Amino acid sequence: MLDLSVAYSRYRFLGDEFLTWLWYLIETNQDAFRSADPDCTALEIGNRVALENRKGKSIERITIKGDDAGLEEGKLALKKGALVTELAMVFKTGNHEWQFSIKGESLNVSNLRAPGPTLPQSPEEMEPFLLDKTQQFYKIIDFIDKIYKFFIRERISKIWSSKTTPALKKWVKSAE
Amino acid sequence: MGILSSAVSITRYRVEGKIEGSATEMVARGLKKNTIPDIDEDAVEKAAGWTSFENPFQPQFEGSNFVFGNLFIFSLRVDRKSIPSKLLKKHLTLETSKRLAKTSRRFLAKDEKQALKDKVTAELAVRVPSTPNVYDLLWDFEKSSVCFFSNLRSANEELETLFKRSFNLALIRLFPYTAADLQAELTDQERDILLGLSPTHFSN
Repeated sequence: MLDLSVAYSRYRFLGDEFLTWLWYLIETNQDAFRSADPDCTALEIGNRVALENRKGKSIERITIKGDDAGLEEGKLALKKGALVTELAMVFKTGNHEWQFSIKGESLNVSNLRAPGPTLPQSPEEMEPFLLDKTQQFYKIIDFIDKIYKFFIRERISKIWSSKTTPALKKWVKSAE
Repeated sequence: MGILSSAVSITRYRVEGKIEGSATEMVARGLKKNTIPDIDEDAVEKAAGWTSFENPFQPQFEGSNFVFGNLFIFSLRVDRKSIPSKLLKKHLTLETSKRLAKTSRRFLAKDEKQALKDKVTAELAVRVPSTPNVYDLLWDFEKSSVCFFSNLRSANEELETLFKRSFNLALIRLFPYTAADLQAELTDQERDILLGLSPTHFSN
């Protein structure tokens, strides 16, 4: 394996491409999420999207925040050549929802709010509480792993240049 | 933001290395040997070590109190003493004056000043209590997976160092390249393709 610090910088674009592709998938193919987790009824964009455009001499950063924020500015930034660097999402099943953000460069998860039990009231309740809570965390972690694996397998295949990139370009171009 | 918080941040790792014998016993040994020391009465300014998840300010790793189902759950604690600069300046000025009066000199040499500063800092460190920071860790031994409940760079660096020292196992942080290389089940040929990838431009 490559030196890790070199690999971190050299391939950080993969994380940003992953999040940009994820946004595209959220708008065009929710079935992909159900194949990663059959419980998933919807994956939606959350209350924060950060983008970076590294095309010019300087880096242009755009952040869209707020529950009712429109994504038009983000789409415009994509048109100009930006990629998504951080994406907040809402993962929904029939009865529950998980909120979380992913950073492109590190794939770190932040602000993960999972459904689950109320805090334990006695030491005896701690173990079942922890097992339940960790299961809720792993629901999202396993989902991200499966989707990222799906992305990587597509990214290294010929489909990426023959189908995915043209489709993404079309989606970016058509953005209002 | 630990496991019990309403919102958590997670940095993920793959655990690399082999374990001889019982994993629970090996982990218990590593935790006991590297439990956070109490530095409140010492001149030490910083300490890092393991502590119990359920009782982070009175660490104790007796029996298997870090085992929950098939998971190991414990915490990294980093204690730091922060000596206010104005407090240091006050005590250093007083000590310098005393030293000058005692030796009938007007100035101290550069190395004398540094030695005096070190002495005053050490004396104050004994009197200033440390501030603890606790970060939870969840280790799924069967999956060789660790979730560390912080995205802070300094905390992650402490974790990587302490984990290696305690268990003689390496933690590999999962970021875009390592997650692809270690988790996407690639063949050697696919790994070569991964290595040769370059950015795609989606704008026209």
